[in-house]
Amino acid sequence: MTSSAASHKRYFFEKFGLSERMLERCLGEALSAGGDYADLYFESVSATSIGIDESLVKSASQGVSAGCGIRVVSGERTGYAYTDNLLAERLLHAARTAALIASGPAKQPVAGFTETRSPNLYPIPAADLDSDLSTKLDLVMRADRAARAYDARIKQVRASYSDELKRILIAASDGTFASDTQPLARLNVFVLANDGQQTTRGTAGGGGRVEISYFLTEKTPEHFANEAARTAILQLGAVAAPAGEMEVVLGPGWPGVLLHEAVGHGLEADFNRKKTSAFAGLIGRQVASSKVTVVDNGTMPSRRGSLNVDDEGSPTQETVLIENGILKGYLSDKLSARLMNMPHTGNGRRESYQQIPMPRMTNTYMLSGDDAPEDILRSVKRGLYAVNFGGGSVDITSGKFVFSASEAYLIEDGKITAPVRDATLIGNGPEALKYVSMVGNDLQLDEGVGTCGKDGQSVPVGVGMPTVKLDRMTVGGTGN
Amino acid sequence: MTQSLELTTDLQQLATDIVTKASKAGATDAEVVIREGDEFSTAVRLGEVETLKESGSRGVGLRVFVGQRVASTSSSDFTLEGIDHLISGALALARVTSEDPFAGLADASEFGQLDHDLDLYHEDVYSLPTAERIDFARRCEAAAMSADTRIQNSDGGSFDAATGHKVFANSRGFVGEYRSSYCSVSTSPIAMSRNREMQRDYWYSAARTLAKLDSPESVGAEAARRTLRRLDGRRVPTQRAPIVFAPEIARSLIGAIFDAANGESIYRGASFFTGKLGEQVAAESINVIDDGTIVGGHGSSPFDGEGLPTRRKVIVENGTLKTYLLNTYTARKLNMQSTGNAVRGLSGNPGIGNGNLYLEAGKLSPEEILREIKTGFYVTELLGQGVNMVTGDYSRGASGLWIENGELTYPVQEVTVAGNLKEMFRNITAIGNDLVFRGSVASPTMRIDGMTIAGE
Repeated sequence: MTSSAASHKRYFFEKFGLSERMLERCLGEALSAGGDYADLYFESVSATSIGIDESLVKSASQGVSAGCGIRVVSGERTGYAYTDNLLAERLLHAARTAALIASGPAKQPVAGFTETRSPNLYPIPAADLDSDLSTKLDLVMRADRAARAYDARIKQVRASYSDELKRILIAASDGTFASDTQPLARLNVFVLANDGQQTTRGTAGGGGRVEISYFLTEKTPEHFANEAARTAILQLGAVAAPAGEMEVVLGPGWPGVLLHEAVGHGLEADFNRKKTSAFAGLIGRQVASSKVTVVDNGTMPSRRGSLNVDDEGSPTQETVLIENGILKGYLSDKLSARLMNMPHTGNGRRESYQQIPMPRMTNTYMLSGDDAPEDILRSVKRGLYAVNFGGGSVDITSGKFVFSASEAYLIEDGKITAPVRDATLIGNGPEALKYVSMVGNDLQLDEGVGTCGKDGQSVPVGVGMPTVKLDRMTVGGTGN
Repeated sequence: MTQSLELTTDLQQLATDIVTKASKAGATDAEVVIREGDEFSTAVRLGEVETLKESGSRGVGLRVFVGQRVASTSSSDFTLEGIDHLISGALALARVTSEDPFAGLADASEFGQLDHDLDLYHEDVYSLPTAERIDFARRCEAAAMSADTRIQNSDGGSFDAATGHKVFANSRGFVGEYRSSYCSVSTSPIAMSRNREMQRDYWYSAARTLAKLDSPESVGAEAARRTLRRLDGRRVPTQRAPIVFAPEIARSLIGAIFDAANGESIYRGASFFTGKLGEQVAAESINVIDDGTIVGGHGSSPFDGEGLPTRRKVIVENGTLKTYLLNTYTARKLNMQSTGNAVRGLSGNPGIGNGNLYLEAGKLSPEEILREIKTGFYVTELLGQGVNMVTGDYSRGASGLWIENGELTYPVQEVTVAGNLKEMFRNITAIGNDLVFRGSVASPTMRIDGMTIAGE
């Protein structure tokens, strides 16, 4: 057991009066009507957020919440109950409620817990959150000043800083015992530009599982403010986006949201177990051009999508999803790995103690190829160069996905020309990546802005990509 | 700590106690919201129970003012110590925020609540025994799966029930509370064509009482119909053509009218409706109403997120923008009166949200609207969020059915529809007579001309 793991555990035991004996008793109660597996997920979250608007700090809030979710799995069935009161009697009541899913003779959890060994991928703030309040305040004020100083046409600036510290403790009937303390911080800037004729917007933001010093030394408020202001000013001169099928070049970094939507969700094991994904049954088959290798990696230090352990207490890992265009594997949690008899990849995640975990992505990205980004652009006769996106969405079953460009340019005869207005790009997941004809040597990860929604549950994720050329993709503009 | 006694189990008393304590501790004004809720959900897949979930939780939120500074805290810890921490935390935060001349609770004269019963709460959503709840989900899925041999798989059927209790109190004398209930049944069948192409769709019914829920069988049958008509969809060439939005899709455009008139965006100049009050913003046939006072409505409540009575507003009348949607803060910024549209969660400042928001029905049946169109696109699903409320630029993924000679023909998928909301609202050329409230936002069928479809 690492010393930090001991401190995460001590936090729960001391603050909420838990003990290993109590955890064993709850698991015993959870399996009192049979079932194959039970687990307890304790969570304690404290969050702070500060917002500046019209150069005034108009909002400051803090919140704390704590609770426990108890799950019983019996075959393909899951019973779930949660409580925000961690007294023994309420935990036992929740365990009995979750147990209603099973109906058979009682089972016994394995005797004794084995602590999951986990790395330290992110720092654990030593002090309590309040001590940094003035620093946080300073971050949003600096962002406000920088955005306004960028250009006289910047008329409105909003900036917000938010962070949370989530402590989790997981104990399961298979002997799993894990705990973690997960910081997550984010700085966001939103601006409006007006040139007397029209108003445009620009946004930028980022962060990760970092300490506040990250925003002082690595990605400063000025960095995000300038980026937001630059986008808004750029949009003042934007022309209508083209409409129809054309060559598309995606810039490095956040445009990797393409992978998240086009392939990532479709490779989550639950959809494939149920054969509801357009990717079901395609393992070993060509689903992308041979230049494409995509991985999901929850072990990258300080990244927004990283975790020391997933929300089932399993270590995270790097999982190859697509290798040289061939579909290699799915992202699984305990349930899908067991039912599908396939490798368990440590991708069981949940939004909070109120929700049942399911297979989710962590940081999903495409590895670098050999092409120089300039050569990629030069190869395009007429197309779109999209470097930033709002977000995306996918229909898992049909495979159709969209993602919306918030900064994009026309490419004409190999040169970047006019910026274009917002437009959605649409494609078909199992087909889109077959049209990847060039892959840049410039892999970048996003700056830490991704939040992924599935079945009503939001979790932080990361994406990344080098510059990539797709020979055809449909661009949803209004122009010619 | 967890052993400490709670202040009281009477939540209204607890809320006013917290207000009093916060005032004694130095707040010049304070506002408390307490929410508790219970939820039950079950999902059945291929006839077998997949999940069963049952639980409850509660939380408390406090907003304090110290002069013109404001801050807020929230917690799930109802112990004495937890409440003390809630209050001291909020006051500490209020020391770092800025003086804002527009900040503050509403004037005492503005508080109030509707005195008629809104019929928001029915205990019957929990009246069914668990086995029957599971059966609702199972019947719904089974109805979809038995509709056609091309449906052999499913993403499941589900039945959900929930109740909520909201208590609100502030230091200007307002105390109020209400309960609400919700139940729903839904299913998501998966169909496969002979080409082994899969399609999924979904249908649901939601209500405040079991008595008003559509039968699981009718929901399942509709889900099957929606799924089957998508099979073997194709793309169409890039073109301009009339677009008919089905009611369940058209309602997102009515939501966009609300967002464009949202006071937060208006005072910042972040909406294309800024400065357009009294001007023509939509076709003359357009009347959009927001009404939080409808008995039994999905979007009804006796008071808004700041303790002001909800009300009925005509947002757009014969195409003219008549009002913005405001809470106390944005009303002060714009030198207007709140429209009773404040919403608040547990933490932060109040935002702005709708009550029952709808486009008034027209006279044409959906068939009559289609009959006028030689070639066009009947949209039944939109994908993605490509709407820019600052510029009005609109570009979203779409699927649906192609219209030829006034009839629905083959399915269309993997295309986008794009335009600019400013023009789209003006180019609404037909409105259906098929207005049905299935949630808090509703619209009849709607035709819009001049948009671009991008495909092959």
